[in-house]
Parts: sequence; structure tokens; C-alpha cells
Amino acid sequence: MRDKVFIAFQQNEESRPIIEAILQDNPLAVANEQPAMVKIDAPGRLVVRRVTIEEKLGRAFDLQSIHINLISLAGNIDETEDEFILAWHGA
Amino acid sequence: MTVEIKTAHIEPLRLTFDHLEARIGKGRAATRYQEAVHDMQMTTNFHYRPTWEPGMDLFDPRRTAVVLADFDQLIDPRQYYYAPYTIQRARQQENNDANFGLVEKRDLLASLAPEWAQKIRRLIVPLRHLEWGANTNNTFLSAYGYGAPFTSAALMQAMDRLGVAQYITRLALALDGQNAEVLDRGKQLWLADPVWQPMRHLVEDSMVLKDWFELHVVQNLLLDGHLAPFAWTHFDAAIAAHGGVGFTLVTQFMRDWYAESTRWVDATVKVAVSESPANQALINGWVGQWLPRVRAAVAPVLAVAFEEHADAIAQQLADELAGRLTRLGLVGEV
Repeated sequence: MRDKVFIAFQQNEESRPIIEAILQDNPLAVANEQPAMVKIDAPGRLVVRRVTIEEKLGRAFDLQSIHINLISLAGNIDETEDEFILAWHGA
Repeated sequence: MTVEIKTAHIEPLRLTFDHLEARIGKGRAATRYQEAVHDMQMTTNFHYRPTWEPGMDLFDPRRTAVVLADFDQLIDPRQYYYAPYTIQRARQQENNDANFGLVEKRDLLASLAPEWAQKIRRLIVPLRHLEWGANTNNTFLSAYGYGAPFTSAALMQAMDRLGVAQYITRLALALDGQNAEVLDRGKQLWLADPVWQPMRHLVEDSMVLKDWFELHVVQNLLLDGHLAPFAWTHFDAAIAAHGGVGFTLVTQFMRDWYAESTRWVDATVKVAVSESPANQALINGWVGQWLPRVRAAVAPVLAVAFEEHADAIAQQLADELAGRLTRLGLVGEV
């Protein structure tokens, strides 16, 4: 399953807008809700966008703060201030 | 022996309260913000009419002429309730405090050109009293408004204004070597300087408004829509050219706060305007009635601050506000 990437967050109020934003920006992503955790799987590529999170949250958001509630992820990371992209490089 | 750890996933029977399910639909989880504000307004079982206003209930939607089917529509786009609000403000206070520390330590206000230091004393220090007026007005909105989404946000706005007033005080003290006389002189200017009298008249008139939505429009949309960009953007830009880097540092909170609170003000006014043509006409009427007074009150302040550039800045402020009013579905030009 090398073509699949995932990102998992703790299930809490802080990660809710992040999860909503990911699901909106990645139509192919599937949220898998587990006790106290939400794991989001996506084929090939998954993008976390700052602007979408800010839209959901209603105020400014520092993309680095996703790490507070991040449990685990799979994929190569490419991150900027605006986007956090998971993909398999060279696959 | 192998130990197998099994997880059992239990579907919760309900994700939120019934009154929120009625708003957001079944099977959806409500945000903390929605849980904090929706349907918190007391609506029934008022046994006695208030002795000070026997024509109304204790909490009564008729305290404003604006008619909304549901006052809970006046939500705050920032989604502030206690925790995010206090965390955000604590963070900003830490930043501004560090800025003040830097300015005081390096005496950055000493590099100001004397006539601009004098302008701060004359035009910025008296704003403490105006901010106190804004605090009082927003407390009124919180007390007499209707619907917890609005009244809770109004109380936060009131607290923010107190914070701004305190920062102005601290700025004044830093400017004059912690000598409190500068504050007394500021009060005298507010009370007697002809530059401030139309403004003081306007603020005092706003304090006796009975219709809370009208007060919201006058204070938070029209008056702030002129004064905050004047003091924290245009005055700041002008003073920067005269050694005012210290001023910029210690007023960072005001710019952040204004950009943020504008979103709340615009969102609430927009909801009221788009609800019905009657609301739109009513709010347009308030804008038409108060905007000329606000402009007249700001004009003498701009004249002292920017001298020959005052008209250009006044035009810029008017255009900015007109753009906002048009986006809200109001008449931008009166």
C-alpha cells in the first residue's frame, strides 16, 4: 500500500477544524474515526491548507500548530507556511 | 503468550444536545462554540416586569427596532467563547508586553520629533476616554442585547476596549517618563480642547441611546470605522517617518484587534441587513443619521494630526468605510 498516505490526529476540539479542512480539500480522503483518534487516509496525496483551516476556525492559524494534536502520519512531507503536503516521493 | 489488544468502538447515542441538533441536524457533532452560545438566551418565565421599564420583559427582543426571526443568527465568525478568547488575548498581551519592555528599555520613544510627541499627547492620550466610552457602550450591548452569541461577543469587545485604554495609558506614561501628569492633561484636553468637543459630544450622545443595535452600528461600525484606522494605521504611518518606531511597536495589539473585531461587526450587521428590507432601511437610516456626525467629529482631529494632508486622509477613511458599508448591503455614500 505504498501509494496510500495517512495522517492521524487526536480527536478533540482543536483538531476538529483541521480535520474538516482536510476532508474539504481532499475529496478522496476518508476519515476513519477511532476511539480518541481520527485517521485520515488518502490515495497518493493529501494536502492540509492553512486558509481552509482559518476559514473553519474563524481566525488566524499557524500551520505548525497541527503538530500539537498530530499522532502519526505516513508519506514524505513537503511543508510551507501555507500548505502541509503528504505524498510518496519517487513512487 | 501473545497479548492481543482489542479496541472496541462505541457509537455514541447522541453527539450533542437536542437544542443544537435542531439547529445543525441530527448525527452531526456541534462545535464548542455552538455549545457555548446557542439557545443560552433566557426567553421565558419572566415573572415580573422590570420596574425600570415596565413595558418590556427582563430580556426582550423588542429593545431594538431590528427584527430577526432568530437572534442566535448573530454569530461571531471568530467563534470566541471563554477559552479561545482568553488564550488568544493572553498570547497578544505577552507580545505587546515584550514590545513595551523593548521600547522602555531602549527608550525608543525618545527619538520622536518633539512636535510628534506633542501630537501623541494631544491626539492619542485623550483616546483613553473614548475607549472607556466604547467599553461602556459595549457593556450596554451585552446587558440589553438579545441572544447569547451577540451579547457574549459584545462583552469581549468591551473588555478589549478596556485593554486598549490601558495600552494607551501605558504608552503615555512611557512617553513622559512614568509621570502621570500626562494623563491629567489628556483628560483636560478631552474636556476642554476644541479639537475634541464634537467627539466628546458624539460619544456622550451615543451613551444614552436606547436601541442596542443602533448603538452597535454607531459605536462599533461608524465611530470605530473612522477612529481605529485613523489612530492605529494612518497616524502610525505618519509618525513612523518622524522617529515613531516605538509607537508602532506598542500599538501592534490595536491593529490586530481592529482587524479581528471588524469581522465580528461586519458579520453581525450583515445578518441583520440581509434578514429583511425593513431592517435594511432601518440600519441605512441610522447610518445616514450618524455618519455625518461621526465625520464632523473626526475632522478636527485629522486636521491637527495631518495638517495639509488631512483632507486626503479623511477621503481615504470615508472610502474604506463606504466600501465596507456597500459590502454589508448598506448605502455607502450619504
